[in-house]
Amino acid sequence: MKPSITAAVIASCLFIGLPTTTVADSEDVVVENAWARASIGVNRPGAAYMTIRNNGTDSATLVGLETPLSMMPDIHETKTDANGVSSMAPAGDIMIPPGESVSLEPGGLHAMLMRPQIKMVEGETFPLTLNFADGGTLTVDVPILGISARGPEG
Amino acid sequence: MLALALYIGWWQVDGPGAPELVAQRPLPLTQMEFRMTDQVGSMVGPTTLLGNPSIVFFGFTYCPDVCPTTLSDISGWLDDLGDGVADMDVVFITVDPERDTVAAMAEYVSYFHPAIQGWSGTLSETARAAAGFRASYEKVATEGDDYTMNHTASVFLFDSEGQFAGTIDYHEPREFAVPKIRRVLTRTEEETS
Repeated sequence: MKPSITAAVIASCLFIGLPTTTVADSEDVVVENAWARASIGVNRPGAAYMTIRNNGTDSATLVGLETPLSMMPDIHETKTDANGVSSMAPAGDIMIPPGESVSLEPGGLHAMLMRPQIKMVEGETFPLTLNFADGGTLTVDVPILGISARGPEG
Repeated sequence: MLALALYIGWWQVDGPGAPELVAQRPLPLTQMEFRMTDQVGSMVGPTTLLGNPSIVFFGFTYCPDVCPTTLSDISGWLDDLGDGVADMDVVFITVDPERDTVAAMAEYVSYFHPAIQGWSGTLSETARAAAGFRASYEKVATEGDDYTMNHTASVFLFDSEGQFAGTIDYHEPREFAVPKIRRVLTRTEEETS
């Protein structure tokens, strides 16, 4: 295959790939009450919380996160066992049935912001993009509250 | 015959006949032994907590979810209790002393209720403290050469004489947590009056 043809194939793939981000079932997904805690420095991982509501007629599956704030954002889940020991693990894909919502809240599911690139400063916001299985994306601005915040109201 | 004896031994110790594992109660503070440094650099240990009722819990400052939530919850309980907490010791002990230096603990606790102290020790003193409280913790590797800590997230209550006075489970609602603390405070008042 000649280089010019390879480039054309890649270009056409990119072109075909683009529209799927705008026409997707996940376009009926909305994010409510997003918030995060401020960080101390840039060494500690951060966490963000929100309610993800699927107003569509098909299920939507959250498969990943992107943000300039963190090199490795991922949905994690905290679990506490019968002996009171808490642990965290990647939650995998999150399926949201039509008409339902999933809450990311302290002590359960959260957007884990690993290897942060920027200090999270109270009063600022950062963009967080949710990637869905159908190729759709949703970007929300997450307000950064104080380190001792307990919920979206502070 | 030997096989049968071994089988019976297995059944009673590790097999289905083994007693069910139950979370053990912490020792009285008077029977614990460990030395740590608090957020202002003072040497502290379990006997530092005698004379006042106390609240003790384990965590680490690189913990994005459970620990800030616990410290926020406790800050809220202390706000509700108002002046009653003036004589209470509230201690956050790190299970990750390699990253949580005295300075790191001092900065971290400064963002929460002013009554909350931050204690850190050497790895061996941390192990001794956790053993006394019957708390457990474990370093777990994560992606990108990093690590996190699994740890007991319960909050332990002690009376002024160092006797264990109950546990508040992680993220227990305020309407249950605050009366538990108030009972310990009231009991202490009765003992001293």
